[in-house]
Amino acid sequence: MESTIDVSLWRGKEDGHYQNYKVPLRTSQTVLDVVTWVQRNSDPTLSYRFTCRVGMCGSCAMTVNGRPRWTCRTHVSKVVVDGRVQIGPLANLPVIKDLACNMDAFFKKWQRAKGVFAPSKSKADPIEKIAPTSAQRCAADAAIECINCGVCYAACDTVRWDENYLGPAALNRAWTLVNDVRDSGNSGRLAAVAAEGGCHACHSHESCRQYCPNALNPTTSIAGLKRKTTLAYIRGDL
Amino acid sequence: MNVRLYLVQRATAAIMAPLVLAHLAVIYYATGHSLSAADILGRTRGSMAWGLAYSLFVLVVSAHAAIGVRVVVAEWTPLRGSRLDVLMWTIGIALLALGLRAVAAVVLP
Repeated sequence: MESTIDVSLWRGKEDGHYQNYKVPLRTSQTVLDVVTWVQRNSDPTLSYRFTCRVGMCGSCAMTVNGRPRWTCRTHVSKVVVDGRVQIGPLANLPVIKDLACNMDAFFKKWQRAKGVFAPSKSKADPIEKIAPTSAQRCAADAAIECINCGVCYAACDTVRWDENYLGPAALNRAWTLVNDVRDSGNSGRLAAVAAEGGCHACHSHESCRQYCPNALNPTTSIAGLKRKTTLAYIRGDL
Repeated sequence: MNVRLYLVQRATAAIMAPLVLAHLAVIYYATGHSLSAADILGRTRGSMAWGLAYSLFVLVVSAHAAIGVRVVVAEWTPLRGSRLDVLMWTIGIALLALGLRAVAAVVLP
């Protein structure tokens, strides 16, 4: 008689419910393994997302025991409490079905924050020489590894309280572009992140840093944006 | 919260830091020396210095509190947009009126 764990999975939309399943406990099992087992052996109607299953794409992000995590990088042994695990879709985003959330708002805010590179040169120009040790490049590099998984957005209290808030990921990306010397979109970008719902709404709780699976710190990026926008405003550039 | 409100919050906080400490020192001094109301009014009545210092205090407190409450209300209620601004200005002006009235009460001869 193999041992099992009690798994609670969110079924339905926002007005759904948790449904319990008994899943065999295996060595080195990840939460993604558990969800996949349910879909393949117990209930094929379960909807969920994953792609790489090795911790580099961010598709499998879900809420595990109340906390946003990559399920492929979460060992069941690390999160199981009294033989139970509760799994739901990412918070702060509409639920499409079961464990899959609608990421539209997350990406729309990315656009709104002008987290998009604006070229300043053409392919006829020589390649820009950027010293990797320059202060600006170091600042950009510290924040550049974001793969837009949405974990920080799901973890953020301010996102939860203010539907207008751009959120840690969008602002973090804006910061990397503010520090990219090749980019020419900074006046529009600073205006975008200085507006209502921009970087100044951040309370520096650092839930984003706490839960980022890539060990990024969007709070630091947002602090940088606060400094840059405030100085630009004082100088009359905003 | 936007860059303008943020700047006013930071600036008023910076001005308030020494004023709050001074205010606490004044209270400590008054109570420590068991000053009566007449003693205190004897020092504040007709004083430009007390008037200006505490009027400044009232001004920055009114701005800081109004903006702070705006943020809290925005995060905890569905109130948005211009109604939020109206609330903020109402609180700010009310605090300013009450505060300056209090300053006038102790400073005007």
